[in-house]
Amino acid sequence: MILDSPVSVFSSAAVGGKKEGEGPLGADFDFINEDSRFGEKTWEKAESKMQELAAKAALKKCGLSMTDMDFIFAGDLLNQCIASAFSARGSKVPYIGLYGACSTFAEALGLSAIFAEGIAQNCLAVASSHFCSAERQYRFPLEYGGQRPPSSQWTATASGAAVVSKNERPPFIKAVCFGTVEDLGINDQNNMGAAMAPSASATLSTFFKDTYTDPSDYDLIVTGDLGAVGAELLKELMEKEGFDLGENYNDCGLMLFEREKQQVESGASGCGCSAAVISGHIIPKLRCGELKNVLAISTGALMSPTSVLQGETIPGVAHLICFSSEKGGIF
Amino acid sequence: MSVSPKEYKKMEEKAAPKTKSLRNLSGAFFIGGAFCLLGQALLELYKNLGMGSPSASLLTSVSLIALSAVLTGIGVYDKIAKFGGGGTLVPITGFANAVVSPAMEYKSEGFVLGLGVKIFTVAGPVIVYGTLASVVYGAIYYIMNKI
Repeated sequence: MILDSPVSVFSSAAVGGKKEGEGPLGADFDFINEDSRFGEKTWEKAESKMQELAAKAALKKCGLSMTDMDFIFAGDLLNQCIASAFSARGSKVPYIGLYGACSTFAEALGLSAIFAEGIAQNCLAVASSHFCSAERQYRFPLEYGGQRPPSSQWTATASGAAVVSKNERPPFIKAVCFGTVEDLGINDQNNMGAAMAPSASATLSTFFKDTYTDPSDYDLIVTGDLGAVGAELLKELMEKEGFDLGENYNDCGLMLFEREKQQVESGASGCGCSAAVISGHIIPKLRCGELKNVLAISTGALMSPTSVLQGETIPGVAHLICFSSEKGGIF
Repeated sequence: MSVSPKEYKKMEEKAAPKTKSLRNLSGAFFIGGAFCLLGQALLELYKNLGMGSPSASLLTSVSLIALSAVLTGIGVYDKIAKFGGGGTLVPITGFANAVVSPAMEYKSEGFVLGLGVKIFTVAGPVIVYGTLASVVYGAIYYIMNKI
């Protein structure tokens, strides 16, 4: 979907936990909480608080207030999306809750862009994940002793928020490509990168074919949280589709942590991973012109603890956002 | 998609890193061994304090469970387990960790419907099938003695 009049990412902000602050992108966060509890009693509340902080920081940067927003598009990983709904509770802004697993941030940004191109002036896109709330929902209690397989990923404790508006401040969202649900039969929930790579490949190749562009037209192509295994598989899948992702390809899951040192096995995951990396790292670089044309593809593994126990395979979905530092050009 | 699930499975197997078996096995050997050594030392200590063999064994188990529960409570056990793997899982200390960790985790949902309901989420299967296996074993033992 190419936007006739590209919309601006007016401002963006990222919030993270202690481990994220210690990673290579630590300096890109607007706020780091030292104990990952964000002053709250439960992990779920901490995640809501993270979203509130990220939204507030993003609004502050562009000098707008919550009441200037026409819509909030938000999502997270918790059952019934409570982190998003609870953080939007006091906002009095129409709220559209989303679930796309770890693809949620691109989903929120894409919808915000389409609304801002049309009926809305300003939209707020938010997504979050919290290691502790995700762990207790999907895996084991925190203090339970066990080893992680090398293909597993570490859910990021982070949130990202972006204000998408009708105005002239760079960067711009030029196009959006919502992905199809793809499943190539992976059923190991400790290898979500492999489960999501086919969906990223499907979305990317569709986008390249539809826009008559190829990977060399972009200075950065970044996937959400494929991790080391998924990123490798995506490169192979894209080669089979006839596209060489080349040197400009990276993955937010590989950027957020130092994998060996911080012991995160295959890399980071979670809605917060791509939300924070896109909001805190990529958008500012686009704004200052260090990056010109970027494709960001958030990837989600659409399983639930129930579906995994029932032996289902893990479908994936990937949504793409095409950013540019200039309003004209590329297509 | 030009790749079939079968082909993809092969690609995935090639891309996924292998578990470091040697490292994990040696970690489990040493940590598991250390727990057993500690158990044996406690057993000898209790015997030297003048306890009979059954009481000393019982107290050894209780001590190890208490130690594991405390280590879990102060957030150390999962760090040992990260290194020790099966060596921390198999001894009685692993079982204690499996009960204490959900108890801590689900306290936020209340003492009855949180802690009370979820305390056996990890250890539950061990209790169910352990009990079942002991019934089967008991039945076989009974029949064998009759013959």
